[in-house]
Amino acid sequence: MYPFIYRRPASVADAVRQFEAGDDSSYISGGHTLLPTLKARLAAPTDMIDLTALPELKGIEETDEGRILIRGGTVHADVAASALVREKIPVLAGLAGSIGDRHVRHRGTIGGSVANNDPAADYPSAVLALDGIVVTDRRRVAADDYFTGLYETCREPGEIVIGVEFPVPLSAGYAKFRNLASRYALAACFVARTTSGIRVAVTGAYNTGVTRTAAFEAALAGDFSAEALDALDIDPEDMLSDPAATGAYRANLVKILARRAVAHQGEVLIYK
Amino acid sequence: MITVSMMVNGDAVSRDVEDETLLVDYLREALGLTGTHVGCDTTQCGCCTIHLDGISAKSCTVLAAQAEGRAVTTIEGLAQDGKLHPMQEAFRDCHGLQCGFCTPGQIMAGAELIRTWEGPLDEHQVRDEMEGNLCRCTGYHNIVKAILQAHAETRATVDA
Repeated sequence: MYPFIYRRPASVADAVRQFEAGDDSSYISGGHTLLPTLKARLAAPTDMIDLTALPELKGIEETDEGRILIRGGTVHADVAASALVREKIPVLAGLAGSIGDRHVRHRGTIGGSVANNDPAADYPSAVLALDGIVVTDRRRVAADDYFTGLYETCREPGEIVIGVEFPVPLSAGYAKFRNLASRYALAACFVARTTSGIRVAVTGAYNTGVTRTAAFEAALAGDFSAEALDALDIDPEDMLSDPAATGAYRANLVKILARRAVAHQGEVLIYK
Repeated sequence: MITVSMMVNGDAVSRDVEDETLLVDYLREALGLTGTHVGCDTTQCGCCTIHLDGISAKSCTVLAAQAEGRAVTTIEGLAQDGKLHPMQEAFRDCHGLQCGFCTPGQIMAGAELIRTWEGPLDEHQVRDEMEGNLCRCTGYHNIVKAILQAHAETRATVDA
């Protein structure tokens, strides 16, 4: 790792001030993506601003509108174990419990995942399929406008993810095929029946990062069954292609996973 | 340089280290507690597993500064009053190791698992929960056996 100055702010506002005062600042939360990145010398921030101790970023609650707000600093293990999340959106709790491994889930946070938008991360698919709202220190952004590409979001420099609000869906299902080495999704589909319609979000597979599959959504709106997807195919050109899986392999996988997520609403299916 | 202070195995410690020091390096280099191993340094293998306020974490992926003011337990702190922890005893009984390199991490992970697990624990669950600890020798069979044995013994003691 290149040297940096470690800073521990007292509040979110203080963190933003410290970020702006630094030369080339970075926030750190669980650090389970950032620290490996720094070890590989793929980034060299001058100022490391630690968000992990901020109470404003901790906790899970139900909002007045009936949405579930998970604050950004909440670790995956706490989402997986939350009685509220398990009652209202059990598939979201199951998804959190499928991230990385036990020790990773003790450190990694939803805010870090959503801020980083790794193309194979789990949470972005849930935020997008559930029509979530990303709440930052300066605005509220609909998921459709928030994720903008591989590792890209609409966040401005220094903008902190305070939390994510999830509307409670009518039902949801998540099916993931894991890369055995990295434990990230080789491809995963989150299919939700929401009050605003059927939403299908795919992570790990599209070369645009987390992406909705419009053709699947349209077919499922008419007939919510696995068979409704039979005649549809994903274009391999739209997929990531790497030594773990070709575009054609991922295109096939996305369809299979989508079918299973439809057929198994209320469940989290993890294949490895 | 920053001063980082914490409780390690029940003792208050404080060292001046570079800001970017990882917790595992703080333990190994600054404190000389070399029982915590570095296997992969990429958050995969779990050899560096410690307890941070009682919860398992991979210490190669935590900054030392992030543990400021917190309580860390390493493999050196697991035995109490000269008596092995039930997980250490079970690893010895079941021969849950071969070369031993991953063993500190396996034992720390297993100890945290059985302390926090609610309800019955079966082999399948142990294998799932121990996914973050890799062993290149044993095929895991005796590791899983040891964890189940320690869980059963600890449960029997609590119930008695």
